[in-house]
Amino acid sequence: MSYLSAANMTGGYGKADILHDCTLTVEKGEIAVIVGPNGAGKSTAMKAVFGMLNLREGRVTLDGSDITALSPQDRVKKGMGFVPQVNNVFPTMSVEENLEMGAFIRNDDFKVTMEQVFTLFPILKDKRRQNAGELSGGQRQQVAVGRALMTQPKLLMLDEPTAGVSPIVMDELFDRIIEVARTGISILMVEQNARQALEIADKGYVLVQGENKYTDTGKALLADPDVRRTFLGG
Amino acid sequence: MEFLNALVAITNYVIIPATAYGAQLALGALGVTLVYSILRFSNFAHGDTMAFGTGVVILITWGFQAMGISFGPLPTALLALPFGIVVTSALMLGTDKVVYQYYRKVKAAPVVMVMVSVGVMFIMNALTRFLIGVDQINFADGARFVINARQWREMTGMSEPLTLRSTQVITVVTAILVVWALFWFLGRTRTGKSMRAFSDNEDLALLSGIDPNRVVAVTWIITGALATIAGTLYGLDKSFKAFTYFQLLLPIFASAIVGGIGNPVGAIAGGFVISFSEVGLTYAWKKVVTYLIPNWEPDGLVQLLSTDYKYAVSFTILILVLIFKPTGLFKGKIV
Amino acid sequence: MSTSRQADSAAGGRLRAPLFFALMAALIVLEGMTSGWNSALGILNMGLLSAIMALGVNMQWGYAGLFNAGAMGFVALGGLAPVLISMPPTQGAFKAGGFGILAAFAVAAIAVLGAVWLYRNLRGKLRGLAVTGVLIVGFFAYRWLFDPAVEVIEAINPSAAGNLGGLGLPTLVSWPVGALLAACAAWLVGKIALGLRSDYLAIATLGIAEIVVAVLKNEQWLDRGVLNVNGIPRPWPVPYEIDLQNSHAFVAKMQAWGIDPTLGSTITVKLAFLLLFVIVIFALIWLTEMSLRSPWGRMMRAIRDNEVSAAAMGKNVTRRHLQIFVLGSAVIGLAGAMMISLDGQMTPSSYNPLRYTFIVLVMVIVGGSGSNWGSILGGVLIWYVWVKAGDWGPDIMALLASPFPAGPFKEHMIDSAAHMRMLVMGIILLGVLRFSPRGLLPEK
Repeated sequence: MSYLSAANMTGGYGKADILHDCTLTVEKGEIAVIVGPNGAGKSTAMKAVFGMLNLREGRVTLDGSDITALSPQDRVKKGMGFVPQVNNVFPTMSVEENLEMGAFIRNDDFKVTMEQVFTLFPILKDKRRQNAGELSGGQRQQVAVGRALMTQPKLLMLDEPTAGVSPIVMDELFDRIIEVARTGISILMVEQNARQALEIADKGYVLVQGENKYTDTGKALLADPDVRRTFLGG
Repeated sequence: MEFLNALVAITNYVIIPATAYGAQLALGALGVTLVYSILRFSNFAHGDTMAFGTGVVILITWGFQAMGISFGPLPTALLALPFGIVVTSALMLGTDKVVYQYYRKVKAAPVVMVMVSVGVMFIMNALTRFLIGVDQINFADGARFVINARQWREMTGMSEPLTLRSTQVITVVTAILVVWALFWFLGRTRTGKSMRAFSDNEDLALLSGIDPNRVVAVTWIITGALATIAGTLYGLDKSFKAFTYFQLLLPIFASAIVGGIGNPVGAIAGGFVISFSEVGLTYAWKKVVTYLIPNWEPDGLVQLLSTDYKYAVSFTILILVLIFKPTGLFKGKIV
Repeated sequence: MSTSRQADSAAGGRLRAPLFFALMAALIVLEGMTSGWNSALGILNMGLLSAIMALGVNMQWGYAGLFNAGAMGFVALGGLAPVLISMPPTQGAFKAGGFGILAAFAVAAIAVLGAVWLYRNLRGKLRGLAVTGVLIVGFFAYRWLFDPAVEVIEAINPSAAGNLGGLGLPTLVSWPVGALLAACAAWLVGKIALGLRSDYLAIATLGIAEIVVAVLKNEQWLDRGVLNVNGIPRPWPVPYEIDLQNSHAFVAKMQAWGIDPTLGSTITVKLAFLLLFVIVIFALIWLTEMSLRSPWGRMMRAIRDNEVSAAAMGKNVTRRHLQIFVLGSAVIGLAGAMMISLDGQMTPSSYNPLRYTFIVLVMVIVGGSGSNWGSILGGVLIWYVWVKAGDWGPDIMALLASPFPAGPFKEHMIDSAAHMRMLVMGIILLGVLRFSPRGLLPEK
């Protein structure tokens, strides 16, 4: 059984379903990327995995235990970390305080984790006393990822982490994400920049209208002429 | 010498009273701004909460006086203050449970919450009236002056008198302590930080496992405490009258908005902006002018605005801020 | 809960309103039979005036979701109209100081407009200096003109007048003028506070209300301030009691009906006011219902129900809000003018925010936000409860206090009975908001 398995998810916000029998799995230490056209239900699928959406059908398991009925907060305690696409920092709090709030549910000493985050994102250490709202877009994303890492998650979910940042910053962020995955953390990520994301992905999901259209390794998807033509612009 | 006399007159009639009043407004505005940043509505019941808290403090003060307990040169009300805070904060928590909680659950619009707070205002108003009536009450005891006019003359030999009432000193000292404690709490403790996080980004705070019920409860406790302290200090400095506290709502809201609603530093700055403008514009400057410009006796009082219009000052500043800088002097929240 | 409400509206929907109005009528009749018809008609008349205020507040809160925390200010401002329009002019006052005051206002207006012009056309440091300079010079020029003019006016026959007086026009003329005064003030406040955060309007209106009442209390040249203006003429065709009592025809008729002529005269006067108020109410309801059914009304509701999507569809939300805010305030001002005509006197110290702002909000909520008939029902019903809670309070308190021994505690309990009505209003408001947020007569 995969580390994360979200099988046959069907559901939506209101009466109309957005997801139709959608399945996502991630192995330990693996990077899985969800790509697809606008309105394909990519973010919705991720929110469903995180429990922010009521599923009519389907089952979500993490490390073998069924978490389908748990609230997002309880899933955090189970080892999920979630980085929303927007509004993902506390703008009037310092970088250090943002990380501290990330560790809010931990009762043990989180200094070591914070040092690990600072090693991963050295710029944050320099700006630890600065308010997160005053940082640049890329730095803010680093704070957001760092905040989610503070709970020492086993699965980190990122909703379009590179939205609105420059290509150079995007490359750097992807490098960091690979580093995170090397420490054994599974990554599930939604991306607009499909080509770049698939390049670092162990596994890629192409969603169309809430359904799995193609599922393969990142390399295979990049090589697939159908995928290239329809989703990657040739 | 004339210049010094003018300076003393300004200190005596403008700077000292405005500082005390500003500290009272700042504490009131902190309560309003705190409720705004956590619960996201303008609390119209805050003036009456201040009145209620002060009413409780007065009753306990009378109780202490009857038992012969006093606080030496300090007003007995300061001894009663902690008890008043406990009662008021308990009432706040109860109100939240019975009234506000439901509207949070159904995610009511902020303007509905404001309407609900009007309902709470009526009830608080009634409770205060039941408790202590509508009459004016003076409850300051202990030493009246730190410096009185005679001492000042003997000390300096100046003809222009300066008095420093003990309630003014108590107001400022208490306000500094309270503000220091509040900022320490918000900036250094886990609970305080979680409140700031909740105010900054509610969804992310929930994701981080911050318990909203706890944040809200702590907010109400602090609001009750701030309201009781602000009300008691105002009552000691001037006098207690339930309706006056309702009227304080305008300068308090003005302070919070001028400083930037949702921003504690702004609330304090706003309080002093309002108080200095109000006192400065309604003070009769005749004396000062006479000192400063020799051989000229102005015929009027040289008062820019009659004291009856002191609320117009808050209002005008409020309007100016709304026109030119709706987020306030310090950046506040805009929702 | 929701199914039972649907069943309600299916079975009793058409009957709901008549039923409630019949109940209200029954309460008034009961009051007439137990406490006399003067008292009953007094409550009804004041209730109808409150209903008109509620209509105005309902336009703002019910149609547009705007929170007006300063209805008192618009009521008071409207009340100024009968003083300025229908009182006779004070002999010589205008000649002595009127022009001075007008000139002072002109100077103030020029200074403000000049400052605005400079603000718009200058840049940099110079702008701040120039604007401040113009305002300061303008202020002192204003005071230099204004203060002596006021002094002269207030010196004229201070025991009876000391103010400018009015224009001596018919009282009915003053009603629309009251609406106009309120509308102007509302435009000013709305222009500034609308389009910002929703509760900024509430706080700004709270402020303007305090200031209007402060002006009425302190500007003796205008309305004699706390000295009050008495003997404000009644509107046509309401007669005076004394005239009726001196009329042989009236006395003869009353005696023929077996009614004491003095009592008959007071009741006739009240009925005449009642008739006028009812005409105004029907006219207002007709107008509002017509406008609500027009494209304009549909747009208003669309904006209220979803501001964001209405704005996305290119509707200028702030502009519509300003319109409805001004219109609603005009209706409140109209009620204020009518109230002063009913009372026959202007007593600025009687304007109390709880009575004229917050109770009116309770009326709107209880009647049903957005429902015109609801506002009428809420207005009369809540006014009735307000008056009666003042009567019942002491009785209930006396009962509650009866087990306690005589002493200061018991006295305190009985004394505080007068405050019972505040508690009642708070409980009614919170109860309706919580359990029946659509009110007694929900909007269709």
